Parts: sequence; C-alpha cells; structure tokens
Amino acid sequence: MKKNGVKMIKINSKNVDVFYGKKQALFNINLDIEENQVTALIGPSGCGKSTFLRCLNRMNDVIDICRVKGQIIINDFNINDKSCDVVRLREKIGMVFQKPNPFPKTIYENISYGPTIHGMAQSKNEMDEIVETSLKKAALWEEVKDRLHEPGTGLSGGQQQRLCIARAISVKPEVILMDEPCSALDPIATAQIEELIDELKKDHTIIIVTHSMAQAARVSQNTGFFHLGELIEHGSTDKIFKNPENKKTQDYITGRFG
Amino acid sequence: MNLILFTFIVLLGFTSYYFGRRKAYTIQSTNKRLTALPQFYGYYLAIWCAIPAFIIFSLWAIFEPTIVKLLILSDYSNQGYLDDELNLIYEKTKALSRGQFTGEITPFIEASAEKYLSLRSIAQSSKAVIVLSIIIASVAYAYKKISSNSRTREPVEKFLKAVLFTASLAAILTTVGIVFSLIFQTIDFFKVIPLFDFVFGTHWYPAKAFVRDSSEALDPTMYSDTFGAVPIFAGTFFIAFIAMCVAIPIGLMSGIYLAEYASVKVRQYAKPLIEILAGIPTVVYGFFAALTVGPFLKEIGNSMGLDVSAESALAAGGVMGIMIIPFISSLSDDVITSVPQSLRDGSYAMGATKSETIKKVIFPAALPGIVGSILLGVSRAIGETMIVVMASGLAANLTLNPLESTSTITAQIVVILIGDQAFGDPKTQAAFALGMSLFLVTLCLNIVALRVVKKYREKYE
Repeated sequence: MKKNGVKMIKINSKNVDVFYGKKQALFNINLDIEENQVTALIGPSGCGKSTFLRCLNRMNDVIDICRVKGQIIINDFNINDKSCDVVRLREKIGMVFQKPNPFPKTIYENISYGPTIHGMAQSKNEMDEIVETSLKKAALWEEVKDRLHEPGTGLSGGQQQRLCIARAISVKPEVILMDEPCSALDPIATAQIEELIDELKKDHTIIIVTHSMAQAARVSQNTGFFHLGELIEHGSTDKIFKNPENKKTQDYITGRFG
Repeated sequence: MNLILFTFIVLLGFTSYYFGRRKAYTIQSTNKRLTALPQFYGYYLAIWCAIPAFIIFSLWAIFEPTIVKLLILSDYSNQGYLDDELNLIYEKTKALSRGQFTGEITPFIEASAEKYLSLRSIAQSSKAVIVLSIIIASVAYAYKKISSNSRTREPVEKFLKAVLFTASLAAILTTVGIVFSLIFQTIDFFKVIPLFDFVFGTHWYPAKAFVRDSSEALDPTMYSDTFGAVPIFAGTFFIAFIAMCVAIPIGLMSGIYLAEYASVKVRQYAKPLIEILAGIPTVVYGFFAALTVGPFLKEIGNSMGLDVSAESALAAGGVMGIMIIPFISSLSDDVITSVPQSLRDGSYAMGATKSETIKKVIFPAALPGIVGSILLGVSRAIGETMIVVMASGLAANLTLNPLESTSTITAQIVVILIGDQAFGDPKTQAAFALGMSLFLVTLCLNIVALRVVKKYREKYE
C-alpha cells in the first residue's frame, strides 16, 4: 500500500546471518518487506530462502544447531532481541507450510486452536464466529460448513492447505509466511490458493517462498532472488522479471540455471 | 560321533557351495550368459547337500530307537512277558549300557546291554555311511546338472521361503499346542468343580484339597468353597492396578521427556539406561520388593501407627510398577517421536508453547499408540509371577487394603504346582484352569492393544 507515494515497510532485516552448526546458510541479508503486499522469495533449492522465511517468526529456534545473527525489525522492534516474546511474535506472524499439516483434530478444532491458546474468544459464540470468518476468508466455508466436526485430515490436499491458511489467519496475524504452499497441490488447488493470496493481502502482509517463477510473477508485487545464501537482487516483481540488474537473476529467470 | 558327522556335513555344504560357484564362473568364462549370479549356483548345490542330510537325519531319529528296541526285545519274545515288563527290561538295558544301572544285574540284561551297544554302534556307522554317500551322490548329480541355462535362482528363493515359513509355523504350532494342553486339563477340572463356583466363589483354599487320601473316591462336595477364584482374580487386578499407578505416570512422563525435551546427547544415554530396568531378572525385583521395599513400608507404616504386613500388595505392586516403567517409557517415546514434525511446526507457528503443543497436539495424536503401550504393560503386570510370590505372600485374601498381603493367579499356579502333585487331581487341574483364564485375559488385552495400534497407523493418512 502506498501512502502519499511512500512505501510502508513492515519488516526490515539488517545484516542477517544464519548458521547451521558451523555451516553458514545465510550471508548478510538486508531485505525490506512492504506492508500489505505480496513478496515472493525465489531461488534454487538450498539457497536459503526458506531459512530466511523461518527467521521472521523465529521458527529456527526449533532447530537446536541453528543460530541467527543480525536484526529483524517488525513494528520498530527487533525480534532477535532477548526480550522478544516468541508466543506474541508468532501470534502476529502466521505461517503456512509446504505440506498441508492440519492437526489430527476436527476442522473446527483446527481453527479454534490458535484463538484458544491466545485467549481470543470469551464465549462459544465468539469462537464460532472466529471459526466462520477464518474459514470464509480462506474460501473454505462453503465446502466444510456442514462437516465442521469431522477430522481435518479427511479433506483433500487443496482443502487441507486452505484449512491451514484459515488456521493461520484465525489469530488475525499481521504477516503470513508461506513456505511453498502449493508445491504439494494440483494446478486447480494451486489456482484457488493463488486467488486467495491476492484476497488476503488486503489485510495481511504476505511473504511467499516459491519454486515456481510463474507463480511468483502471478501473485507477488515484490520479489527477492536468493542464491547460495545471498540475496542477489530484490525489487518490484515487474522489474525483476522484465529487467533484472544482475546477470545471475537474469539467468535464473530465463531458466539458464537452477 | 553325531557332532563329527554334522561338522562334516556342514563342511561338505560349504565345499559344494564353492564348487557350484566355481562351475558358474567356468561357464561364465566361456562367454555364456548365466541365468543367475554365480552365488546362486553355489547356494543351489549347498541346498542339494542340506536337504537330503536333513531328511535322513530326521528319519533316522524317528526310526532308529524303535528298530533297536524291536531287535533287543525280540530275544525276550515268546517268554510270556507283559508289555509293561518288556518296557521295563528295555529301560534297564539302556541304563546298564550307560553305566547308570543300580539294581541287580542279571546275565540276560547284561547280554542285552551288550547287544544294545553293538546295535547302536552299527546304527551310527551305517548312518554316517548312508548320509555321506547320499549327499555326495545328490551333490554330484546337481553339479552335473547345472549349466548356463539351468534355473538356480528360483529353487534357492523357494527354499528360503520354505525355511521362513517353517519357522513361523513352528511358533504358531507351539501356541496351539500350549492352548490344547491347557484346554483338556481345564475341562477335566470343570467336570469336578462347577464353573459357577470357580468364577463366583469367594474362597480360595487349594491346600484343603491336599487333605484328601488318594485311595478314597473323589467326592466333589468336599471341594465346595475351595476353588472360588474371585479373591485371586481380585488380587491380580488389584496388584496390577497398583503397578500401573506407578508405571503409567512415571513411564509416560519420562517417555515425553525423552521424546520432546531431552537433547540428543541426554537421550542417547538415558534411553538405554532406562531400558536396563527391563533387563533385570524379575526374581531380582522380587527380592528387592521382599527384602527392601516390604520391610521399609512396614517400618514407615508402623511409625505412623498403621498395621502393615511385611508382605503387602503395595510392595509387590510398587516394585512391579518400576519393572514396567521401561516398557511404557520406551514405547511411548517411540510413539511420540513418530508423530510428524510438521504437526509440531504447525503448532509452534501458531504461537503455542512446548507444553501446549505436547498437551494439545502431540499427546492426542500419539494417544492410541500410548494406550497400546499401556495395555502391553498391563498384560505384563497380570502375567508377572516372581515379584508377587516373593513379596506379597501366597494367602489368597479378598481385600482392597494395599497394606495387606494378597495373591495373584500366577502366584497361585506356582503354589499349586510346587512339590508333589498328582495329575488327575482337581488341585493340580486348578492350575490349568487358572492358566487358561489368565491366557484368555491377556489374549483379550493383546487383541485390544493390537486394535488400538492398528487404528493408530491410519491416523495421519
């Protein structure tokens, strides 16, 4: 969203280095993410784009040997600071994974999970409402409204992924991180998710890691190109795809390597 | 003699493997394509060595004693001996030939013993000759037969399949055999003792059955109020309950710690250490319970003014619980570890803490497997004998006071079958009836456990 022609920056990362044990996975990443826009991170496998994504909600904490250095500033606050409350951070920054991972619970419980943890609903009615709006926003309501109390694992792959998106938006996050959300889905389900992403960017800032350059071009406004742990180039998607500055970007986009 | 022969056959097997492979290489060197890898030719020949040897050995084992016996006893035929007497003579002959005979030695038996020894040695040497000649003949035949286009892979694979099949058949047949041995004695038992009295009777006192003079006729009425199994079933479930009260919380919590919290290094050492508990013989647990825990509980109880028996259900159940901890902890650790990481990630990404994730996502997902592990633990608790015999006494009290002594099914079986007993006596048969009911209970538990585990497998599909 542009206010008076000035871009609003939601996330500002400065000199981010990531190490897995002794191996350095990311080198000095400086990347700004615009608010209410879709930012695509592209690059060949193992280039560090997913690692960077997982820095933004401190999911790398889960991996014992992983260390993150540098600053990642969200809402004027460095999330790598010791005082950062990871529970609050992840409430603000939701995540959707590569493979749909609904909990082995009912559809309703899948959605109510986050709001329950964060104490967002005072009554059953409020919770019902959160579940309904989340499912509607994820364009899944019509398909599941009559089977809310059936297991979420019984849905099709595309529905499961939309359920996971509904789960992520149930706590009204400001940012949604998507790690190759369509790589396990067929083209029709992929199209549905892409449409959904476009819809969601009104209320959320979205960062999507993708292997499909066509997808990056379709859904994103900004694109960052990673290669061997470095951010080679970033800018508006138009510019990256039509007129890249760096030769590596050019080569990757035109399919000469990667 | 048998050992030497056996070693020789094994060596022959290896040699034929070597020859088979060499022939295959020779064929290969003439630029002919083989139908299988050279090893298969070797295995093929080795099988041609093993199967005839096995068949002859088993036939020999079946028929040799019978034939020898016939030959020995043929000397005594037409002398008017009864079958039983003939058997006795044969047993005496065998004992004498082994030098273990202690009775009066008559010239007849001495002569028979000598004959027996010579027959045995003839049998041995003819066995060696026959086995070796047949093996060599069959291997030679097979060796000549194999050529570049003879099939060797399929027979070898078939042979392996047959061996594996036999192994599983042996396990199944043993189970069936055990069940049958229980069934007949159990039926005999219930001919004397009404099923109703056994299942609902509240008084278990098999020692009463001892009093009977075996020359008297069997009088079923004197057993009324002797074989009421309620106290020992109650005792069994009570002690198992105490054991599970110890084992489930500790086992589960240590399982969760190992799976979710422990670092790789801690887990690497802690898990085998906990599993050592499973390797301690139950008799050691038994004297730990009887000599350490029991007196300790008694002392504490007495200082609090409670009347605690030195042999208490609490001591036995508590120690049994410790014994079961590793089963529950290790199995639930495995089950929890096998919950996909993606579910954990999903929960963490929603802002859930570790304990919330475990409580709300991992534990429910792993629950069926955990229930399975608990049921396995329960079957062990119900089947455990030694600890109860040593630490909880043998008197079948019907009580729910954990500080008193009670007894269990398995302990009563031990009591009944220790010392002199007569088969065909209800007291002895009671052990079979108990064994049968125990078998049925654990069978039901295992079926439930397997069902639950099966359901668990379908969980994340």
